[in-house]
This record gives sequence, structure tokens and C-alpha cells, in this order.
Amino acid sequence: MKHLLGLKDLSKEEILKILNLAKDMKLILKSETKKTPHLQGYSVVLLFYENSTRTRTSFELAAKFMGANTTSISVATSSVQKGESLLDTVRTLEALKTDVLIVRHSFSGAPHFIAQNCSFSVINAGDGMNEHPTQALLDMFTIRERLGKLENLKVAIIGDILHSRVARSNIWGLKKFGNEITVYGPQTLLPPFIDKFANVASSLEEAVTNKDVVIDLRIQLERQKRGLISSKYEYYKFFGLNEDIYKFISKDTLIMHPGPVNRGVEISSDIMNLPNCTIEEQVTNGIAVRMAVLYLCTRKEAN
Amino acid sequence: MILIKNANIVNGIDKTVQKADILIVDDRIEKIAPAIKIENPKLEIIDASEKYVFPSFTDIHCHLREPGFEYKEDIRSGSLSAVAGGFTTICCMPNTNPPIDNRAMVAYVRYRAKEVSPIEVLPIGAITKGLNGEELSEIGLMREEGIVAISDDGKCVMNANLMRNALLYAKDFSIPVISHCEDTNLSEGGQMNLGFVSTTLGLRGIPREAESVIVARDLLLAKETKAHLHITHVSTKESVELIRRAKEWGVNVTCDTCPHYISLTEEEVIGFNTNAKVNPPLRTKEDVEALIEAIKEGVIDCIATDHAPHHKDEKNVEFNLAPSGTIGFETAFAVLYTYLIKNRGFEISKLVELLSINPRKIINLKPNMIKENQKANLVIIDPNREWEVKEEDIISKSKNSVFLGKKLTSYVEAVIYEGKILKKDGEIKC
Ligand SMILES: [Zn+2]
Repeated sequence: MKHLLGLKDLSKEEILKILNLAKDMKLILKSETKKTPHLQGYSVVLLFYENSTRTRTSFELAAKFMGANTTSISVATSSVQKGESLLDTVRTLEALKTDVLIVRHSFSGAPHFIAQNCSFSVINAGDGMNEHPTQALLDMFTIRERLGKLENLKVAIIGDILHSRVARSNIWGLKKFGNEITVYGPQTLLPPFIDKFANVASSLEEAVTNKDVVIDLRIQLERQKRGLISSKYEYYKFFGLNEDIYKFISKDTLIMHPGPVNRGVEISSDIMNLPNCTIEEQVTNGIAVRMAVLYLCTRKEAN
Repeated sequence: MILIKNANIVNGIDKTVQKADILIVDDRIEKIAPAIKIENPKLEIIDASEKYVFPSFTDIHCHLREPGFEYKEDIRSGSLSAVAGGFTTICCMPNTNPPIDNRAMVAYVRYRAKEVSPIEVLPIGAITKGLNGEELSEIGLMREEGIVAISDDGKCVMNANLMRNALLYAKDFSIPVISHCEDTNLSEGGQMNLGFVSTTLGLRGIPREAESVIVARDLLLAKETKAHLHITHVSTKESVELIRRAKEWGVNVTCDTCPHYISLTEEEVIGFNTNAKVNPPLRTKEDVEALIEAIKEGVIDCIATDHAPHHKDEKNVEFNLAPSGTIGFETAFAVLYTYLIKNRGFEISKLVELLSINPRKIINLKPNMIKENQKANLVIIDPNREWEVKEEDIISKSKNSVFLGKKLTSYVEAVIYEGKILKKDGEIKC
């Protein structure tokens, strides 16, 4: 595997390879030293055009635990502000002997564009509304760990499906394992033809009833200004995982969220504290999954 | 003196294909007859057996980028690209820098074209000053200087009252108003057609209604003002349906679509291919079918290329940052031949209607005809040649063709304009 750009074009076998390796990586994470030499001598650059402390830290730790040299470039300090094009940035990274680039970009396809124009490995840390493959992989890892399987599950994805790269990556990934996906959210936040990829529930109750997994998405509050939602309060009442809706969720249903959470908008604090809510575990598993991805992208023989 | 031997002359007006020789003396067609025999040492003979001869083509919608963006294209390079595609009259849109929104700019383009272009370049004036959509430009003065239409192409006149005034005002000067129909509130931020592919790629979509709501608006305004409205680059099924109805009502409306809208779909964007980023965006198979049907019925009057050159560096960027547009002159005929004649069994004379006759009617020019005593403006086509669109073969300064890598059938082999050979054996001679 040279690049990880998305789950849409990854096979089931490739996904399983990452998840199985992540299991081993998690053991390393639990050890006292948290060190492996797998990435020693490798130069890993994190290029973030959008702020994301979580994802960036997770990738950075993953690379560091494996002995890589890491550099983090965020948009505020980068030359993008001076009008440097992405292609110029790629040339520079090339000259700086980058081995792996981890990129977060607000435009869909930006990591694909880089991959077409560089010799190093590219890992997509989220591109526009397109994909966030490592997030979906860590979700799948968490599901498999908790439920003991990754097949024939009923999964609900709730919230802003339209803008969510997490939703897209999860749909592409989970569907490869024969899982049944149901989505629900305000009509303004559902993309066209989503019914070709998933069931569309007609109510939140219907969406969460009899599910093995409920993935709740983060809502961007600026959508309010763009006329897509009206208010936080209204969102919580009709589309949030609030106390009223919790009645419909089984105690065995995993409740997941990619974080960071808008408490009291997408989900209530009380629900977040329940044992079937996996938000914190997902964070830990994220490091293990990213270690596995970094490992696979740097193995020349596997490329 | 040129003698074209054994030509299959395609005449769009009576829909016949006539086998004959064509003798060209100076800038005119002297004689059309079987087996013309001439003894003259200066005679140039072109063998056209197995070939079609068409009246040369007119494009009512292209971008030549001069002045202001000569690194993309200029009047000369654009004209040569047009020649390569068989066009000898081209109408350039006013979104240059500065824009063609006043008499001096029209004069400039006309003057430059006379200086550097081997063909006829006719400017289209801006509807509004600075293409700002606020105040009418000096349409009458520009008309005197030689514009053939007005358009704010690239932008939509969003103010309906101003559009209504433009239609009324243009009537005084007997020119059409060419409307780029796009409700910018609906299309804002959109990168491609809103639909199945935009959902899978996570690209923000442009709903088809961004086009059709303005088509509907402009048709109603044209109905009321009785002005000549020309809707350019029609791309959706709904737009076609609205125009069909309007024609039935007797609205004075004409329209065009472009070769890429009748041949390609939104799927071209998969892989974030920036050459497939065009405005309006490539649509769906259903739209392609509707457009082809509308061409068959004559609801779509003509084909325009919307030749929109961009520099390679501008297209080799993230999809969101890439400008919209594909070049179009050099592939236009072959795309139409491949998709309409070869794949759909249209009559060959339909192409004369779409490329030679109707575009000229729309802008009130006399038709180019292959008849004795007419100006010798014609193209010779090899209908059997198959070729692949390759960057290195493109004449235009820009190489941003959405057809790169596609295989097409038929080829513009020779072009003659006012008796001068501009292209022969596939080689540009001007
Ligand atoms: Zn336009």
C-alpha cells in the first residue's frame, strides 16, 4: 500500500490487513515503553490546512511511537498564506525528503492531487466532504473489538451526512463487509442519491431502533448561517441523541462519535457517560490504526 | 485556383449530398460540376473522393482571452485552433480584461483580428458595464462598431429587471441577447453537477435548477418583450423542456448546446479530473439523451463550442481551485460526427444545420453555401479517420480538453476561407 486516500477504492482484504495489524499495534500502545523502531529514519510530515488537534495529535503520536521524525505544518504558519500553490508545497516537501505526508485539506480530492504529483506516500487525514479513512478504520476497529465481528451488522449514521467525510468513509468501508447502513438527518444535510448507498430512515426513532451501532456525527454550527439548520436547540430536540431518543436505543447498541462533541447539540452528556458509548476508546484505537497505516505505507515490499 | 475533385458536397439547405468537382477561382466558387477539366499550371488539385465537403463552420460562443489573458490564448492562437476545427467565423465572448463593454474595446478586437487572424472574428459585447450586472453597456455604439450579440457570459444577469431592459434595448439594435443561465445563489460553491457522483466524491454540487430556473425566467421575459433571446450552453433536460414549450408558445428564442454536453456525463469528474470541470457542469446520461433528442427535433438550434482555454498550471491544482472550461474548436466536429452520425444515425446534413447554417442565422449573417458564385468558404472532412485526442496535437495554446484520451471518428482535413487554403492534409497553412 503506497497511499491511503480513502476506503472507497480499498478492498475488504486490505481493510482487514490494516485492522489486524492495528490489533498488534494496540498491544504496543499498552506496553510500558510505547516504542517500536518500524519508522526509524523515516520522515513524516503532517500538513494541516484545517485545524484538528485530535487527528493531528493522534497521527503525530502514532508516528513518534514508531520512531519517525515528524514535522507538523499548519496553515497558520505555512507559506499558503503567502500564495504558494499546493503543487509548490509538494515540490518543497519532495526536496525536504519527505517519506510520508499526512494531509488534512478543506478541498475534496486534494490528497489525490498530491499523490498524482509526488513520489512520497500520502495519507488522507480528511479531505473536504470526501473521506476520512483513518477515522472510519478506527470506527471499524472499535466495532470489531466490542462486538467481536464486523459483518452483518445494522449501523445507523445520524446527523450531517452531506458534509461528512466520516460518514462517507464509514459507508464505503462498512458496506464492503455486508453491513446494513441507515442514515438520518435534516433533509438539508442529506446528499442526493444517498438512498443508493444507504437506507434513509424517516424518523430518528426509526433510525436508532434495533441497531448494533449508532454513529453520531459532529455538526458544524456555521451551517446555521448558511440556512441548512435553524438553531442548536432545534437540532438537539429533533436530531440529537437526547434523553427522549435514548429510550429507543438498546443497551447493547454501541454509540459512537468522531469527536469533538458539541454537548447538548448532537448528544447529551448523560448518554456520553454510558458504558456502551465508545467515544474515548475510539481515540485510543485511532492511534493503533494510524500506526498500522503508517507501517503499511512505508513497507517497500508491500508497495 | 483550386480544384476539389470528386467531392461529396453536403448541403444543409436541401439536405442532399451531391457528388461533384468544385472549382475555386480567387475567393469564389466558380463552378460546380462533374469532372471539371482545367489546364493551368497554377491549379492546385485536392482529391476529395471518400471525403465530405461542408460549408465552413461558425461558432457563436468562444473565448479568445485577448486582451488580458494572453497566456491562455490570444486572437491568433485561438483563430488557428478554430481553423484546425473547420471554423472560419468565430464570435468571442466579452469576458476579457478589460472586458469588451464599450466601443473602443470592440474596435480593438476587430482591429487585432484583422491584423493577426486568418478568419472572421466577431466580438460579442457585454450586456452590462464591466460585466457587473448593474448598468447596461453602450450596446448601440458597440453595435455600430461590429458586435453581433450581447452577453455577460460567464456570469448571469441576476437582476431580472435589468435582463428585461437588456432584451428590450437589444431589440432596437436587432441583435440577440445571449444568456448564460445560472442562478448564482443556487450554484454558489458548487464544483460539479449535484447528483450521484458529487455525493460519492464529496464535491459540492450545482443543482440542475441553477440553470433551469433562469431559463424559465428569461423565456418569460422574452415572451413579454418579444426580443430575441438566445440561451447558450443548455445542459439539462428541464431547460430543453422549457425551451420546447416556449417555442410552441411562439417565443422568439433560439439556443445552443456544446459538444461535451451531448457526449459526456458527470462521471468524467471521477478521479478529480479538472479538465472535466466546466460551467454548466457535465450532467447525467438522461440529460445527454434529452439534448440529443432536442437536436433531432430542432429545439436546439445550433452547436457552440464554448472554447474556454486555460493554462495548464491553472488546471493542475485542487479541483476546487481549478477554473471551469474546456477547449473545444478542434474536437467539435469529430465529437458531433462520432456521437450523432456514427452512434445515432443522424443524417449528415444535420451537421451543416448545426455548425454552418443556424449559428449564422442567429446572429443575422448570410449563410455560407457551396454554390456557384458564392464565397469559397468550405471544409473537407475525412469521415473515416479515427484519432485519439492527444495533448501534443492540439493547436490551441491551452491543452485543457475534456476529450483528451478519447477516440473520435472523422477529421477536419482541409479548410478554405475566401478561396485561401488555411488547412490542408491536416496541416495548418496560415
Ligand atoms: Zn457561459
